Amino acid sequence: MLTYIVRRLIGAVILLFVVSAVVFSIFFLVPRIGGATPDDLASRYVGKSAGAAQIHQTAVLLGFTDPIYVQYGRFAKGIVVGENYNYGPAVEHCPAPCLGYSYITQSPVLPDLLDRLPVTLSLAAGAAFLWLVGGVATGVISALRRGSFLDRSAMSVALAGVSLPIFFTGLLSLSIFSYGLGWTAPGGASPMDATSPLNWAYRMILPWITLAFLYAAAYARLTRAGMLETMNEDYIRTARAKGLRERDVVIKHGLRAALTPILTIFGLDLGLLLGGAILTETTFSLPGLGQYAVQAITNNDLPKVLGVTLLAAVFIIFANLVVDLLYAVVDPRVRTQ
Amino acid sequence: MSAAQESRVPQDGPGPSPAGAFLQVKDLRVHFPTDDGVVKSVDGLSFSVDRGRTLGIVGESGSGKSVTSLSIMGLHAQGTAEISGQVVLNGDNLVGASAEHIRKLRGKNMAMIFQDPLSAMHPYYTVGHQIVEAYRVHNKVSKQVARNHAITMLDRVGIPQAKSRIDDYPHQFSGGMRQRAMIAMALSCDPELLIADEPTTALDVTVQAQILDLIRDLQQEFNSAVIIITHDLGVVAELADDILVMYAGRSVEYASADEIFTAPRHPYTWGLLGSMPRLDRERTERLKPIQGAPPSLINVPNGCPFHPRCTYADLTAGASQTQLPELLEISPRHFLACHLSEQDRQRVWESEIKPSL
Repeated sequence: MLTYIVRRLIGAVILLFVVSAVVFSIFFLVPRIGGATPDDLASRYVGKSAGAAQIHQTAVLLGFTDPIYVQYGRFAKGIVVGENYNYGPAVEHCPAPCLGYSYITQSPVLPDLLDRLPVTLSLAAGAAFLWLVGGVATGVISALRRGSFLDRSAMSVALAGVSLPIFFTGLLSLSIFSYGLGWTAPGGASPMDATSPLNWAYRMILPWITLAFLYAAAYARLTRAGMLETMNEDYIRTARAKGLRERDVVIKHGLRAALTPILTIFGLDLGLLLGGAILTETTFSLPGLGQYAVQAITNNDLPKVLGVTLLAAVFIIFANLVVDLLYAVVDPRVRTQ
Repeated sequence: MSAAQESRVPQDGPGPSPAGAFLQVKDLRVHFPTDDGVVKSVDGLSFSVDRGRTLGIVGESGSGKSVTSLSIMGLHAQGTAEISGQVVLNGDNLVGASAEHIRKLRGKNMAMIFQDPLSAMHPYYTVGHQIVEAYRVHNKVSKQVARNHAITMLDRVGIPQAKSRIDDYPHQFSGGMRQRAMIAMALSCDPELLIADEPTTALDVTVQAQILDLIRDLQQEFNSAVIIITHDLGVVAELADDILVMYAGRSVEYASADEIFTAPRHPYTWGLLGSMPRLDRERTERLKPIQGAPPSLINVPNGCPFHPRCTYADLTAGASQTQLPELLEISPRHFLACHLSEQDRQRVWESEIKPSL
């Protein structure tokens, strides 16, 4: 088991470098291939009135004149051992893991990311709780009452949930509950706050519900399908033949088996979401990683884009690993192999 | 007509088991309404089993054997099956009883062993957990007491090192061990009625005999009433006191096991006997299959449901094609539903069937 984890971790590190190399090439190599000179690239990061000499100076300063592998090497070195950057008057040391400096603000990227992570974290955690509980409960009830009015209405709502985009449901709920009824905050976030959880919930409840609605819909359908399958298994009949209460048959025997695939999807969804819930954060003006990514892309601020992409990749790869390990916990048949 | 009335299976039937038997099934009908029509899986079935006795229910796939056992256990999903008739367990009619009442009987008073022990056990729980669960539903005891009981049960059904194997998962057991564990689970609450639905079908031939021996030993020890459901007459030859042959949801022949093997009277029973491999006789060329396939239970053939496949249907002057034969007592405790005259039956059995088996 331990060797397996170590092997997976090594694999994860390699994968991260591949991801970083790919992202790096997209932003730095592809423009070169497209014929852009280092000065063309640098012209985005100087004022509009800058002269050719000033642009060239910026290109040198940002390292655009170096060969591409040197540039990537510098980036990779920064992550592993830290790197010295000189963007302005003095040389600054950026300790490992260094994701570089913003081209626009000249501030280091990593502290920015860490500042924004709690917002995304509190959005994802709250929403994940809601959608997991809500989606699974709806799916179980739907499966048990298959074909009933309840089942059909729940599945219609679920279909709507899967199909409606966040920027529609989000804006609609904002206009009704926030601007119309005044029940919730109109946007802006407070990260997890132990001193006033009520305030936290007041600010986050609408984004939570909106985001959870989207996912809960998918989970409800998934759970329903899984439950319909497992409730037809022979071991459910055995459980009933033992004289177990129907509630125990459904939860301990049916749901227990149906939850395994849901756990997989849940881990991956959560990992993906931690890298930034772009639409939700934008709709509700939450200063999280998603919003950060959008701003970075809009401003062509490549180190920021690179940083947020890598962080998202870390979450996804880590979530994958956790899911695989959890599988062994959940399903004893996996454990012995 | 009075003679015929007397000899019909009476409602309080001295069937092959004496009256007031532990389990009495009377005129059981299990119908499933579907879009294509009503599936009459069981259509007027009567039998009884006493404690310490074993009844074998034999028939092809789709003859209604398993449906019968599931209706006794009350395991049909609510609203899917229309069940009528009587299932009287120890004087208590289960048809129409509340689901909660039957649930409390399940596992405690009547238990079931299923066909495929791998799919019948939950893959995510240890064998011990599943036996403990079965015991604790009906017995308010601590987990430790239940665990010790489970170890005793596993030991009793012949699982070596039960103390350590109790924490294994079903997939870590061999097929035969899994079926032993299923038996341990079924017997954990000491049920008076044990239904074994094709208990050896999924098992290795070498293991089959061991499991059958085990069921027989345990029955003697626990003095339970046992119903063995199978398509294999060889299985019931070992175990059963009485045999009920089912075809298309009905009983076609019902007699003691001795009678069924020494003086069978129904052409379908002959067919089943002919398709059974025997090692104790000189080998004839091939096994003789019964021609044709079992009928659809939505459109059961008119007359005797077996007549399209019956070689002797022409001897009944058209009665087989038009009239449903009643189950009559043709000799003491030997019930038969067939239009053939007694002379024809005897003649065909003695001259054609018996020599070829």
